[in-house]
Amino acid sequence: MITSLPALPDGFVVIVKEECATCQMVEPVLATLAAGPIPLTVYTQDNPDFPAHLSPIHDADLSVSWHHNIDTVPTLIVVKDGKEVQRTFGWSRDDWQKLTRVADLGAELPVMRPGCGSMSVDPDLVDALRAKFTDSPVIAREVSFASAEDEFEAMYARGWTDGLPVIPPTRERVLRMLAGTNRAPQDVVAVCPPNLVELTVEKIAINAVMAGCLPEYMPWVITALEAVCNDEFNMHGVLATTMPVGPVIVCNGPGTRAIGMNSGINTFGQGNRANNTIGRAVQLVIRNVGGGRPGEVDRATQGNPGKISFCFAEDELGSPFTSLATARGVVSGADAVTVFAGEGPRCVVDQLARTPEELANSFAACLQTVHHPKLVIGFDAILVVSPDHGRVFAQAGWGRDRLITEIMEKTMTSGRDLVRGAHGMAEGIPPHLIDATLPKFRPGGLLLAYAGGGAGLFSSIIAGWANGAIGSDPVTRTVTY
Amino acid sequence: MSSGITILDPTNEATPATRQLLERPESVKGLTVGLLDISKPRGNVFLDRFEELLVDHGAKVLRFAKPTFTKPAPVDLRHEIATQCHVVIEALAD
Repeated sequence: MITSLPALPDGFVVIVKEECATCQMVEPVLATLAAGPIPLTVYTQDNPDFPAHLSPIHDADLSVSWHHNIDTVPTLIVVKDGKEVQRTFGWSRDDWQKLTRVADLGAELPVMRPGCGSMSVDPDLVDALRAKFTDSPVIAREVSFASAEDEFEAMYARGWTDGLPVIPPTRERVLRMLAGTNRAPQDVVAVCPPNLVELTVEKIAINAVMAGCLPEYMPWVITALEAVCNDEFNMHGVLATTMPVGPVIVCNGPGTRAIGMNSGINTFGQGNRANNTIGRAVQLVIRNVGGGRPGEVDRATQGNPGKISFCFAEDELGSPFTSLATARGVVSGADAVTVFAGEGPRCVVDQLARTPEELANSFAACLQTVHHPKLVIGFDAILVVSPDHGRVFAQAGWGRDRLITEIMEKTMTSGRDLVRGAHGMAEGIPPHLIDATLPKFRPGGLLLAYAGGGAGLFSSIIAGWANGAIGSDPVTRTVTY
Repeated sequence: MSSGITILDPTNEATPATRQLLERPESVKGLTVGLLDISKPRGNVFLDRFEELLVDHGAKVLRFAKPTFTKPAPVDLRHEIATQCHVVIEALAD
């Protein structure tokens, strides 16, 4: 592995490739320099004989270009005592004349012409070059498959997948993934349940590759894992419970738009890479690093399809409400992740309500059914209001707090209707609460988010799991880059 | 020989320690038996009856409870059980 900086010879050094029209254009300039008193060394990236008659050195493995951070060809570097003194790239007559101190250099050429991309930054080559030339900080065990082995089948057979195919985490891909975060590969992000294993950035990157993430999703995956791997969220219990919950990840901040998350049409559904792979990466880490697998520590009676991935962004730009993250104490405009132990979304239909009171009544009635209409306080929920429903509140001037307060009041129910046995249902609250009047949710137990496509008078409820110290509390963390 | 693709291990690469199980006691007579209640509703009803049966068989019974069924037993509780009991009965109830 070549990880040292190949020294450049003193004088002028120019890196070119024949494929680049600007490099071809400066050929006469190079000939002029070659005839001058200061030595000229030309490195060529493609054709070993270009430019003819100037004895170019073929940078066949691109090690010179890689180590000297050549982004553009041609690049002219002035080297003195083995050290780079100055450089310019592309063709700028002024710059080339200034650096070479040849007053009329390229007088016949246009004033400037941009160069072309260096082969060392070619997207098709850069990952292999990074793996080859950087002193790899990655220490994970290598697993080699036999030539006749299908790697996709082999990874499934080893129990490393969620049942869907995964991208093979080659060293090249993992290094590319690691470029998405400033954190060092061996940084320990959390202690990962259920096996309480130290979780490194590197192991997250490997699983993020498998999930299909892009490198720019890494900070979100890391933050979501920090948010679930603690006693407050209680990922161990979320796994072990027989209830159908998994980590639901709600993303906030301008970064959600920068990485192309979907907060609009079909926001909970298929089709968006960031939404689907961030949630999937979190679950693959819990499975592969933490050791949390269905049928083992994961005892879910029925589970839910969101346990493959359930991650979405709030539509903050369209929302009439303050964002979920802001409501949970994050500075406005910061990127943040909120994790919630939840089941799949269920739809609330109300196509007739035109007043906020009517719509809040519908929300309250539907929210009352979370897990069981006669069970209260013990489970949280997220209400995800759609744009068509949100408009009703916006027009009436109802903000987040007003809507939550109204819904909480509308869910107040007499203990007589909730106690065990009432209405012919054995399930319910203990008999000593018969004289109480109770809301559906504990204070702070109803979370509000805003997302969805621009048409459809439908919102969604994501029901939670046992809340508080006996179960899970939602956790919000700002994204660390 | 493998000449196929090489990937990086996505798991924690840990090798679990293997521990030999203790011999199963012939009888519980004279032994201290710990009963760990995981704090699921009505688990105590089952354990109360179980305690009666164990005492009938000559065991001394100590009762323990996890703070919540949703989280692993705290280290201190595990230590307490290990130092005070010859045998522990812990089971998941649902």
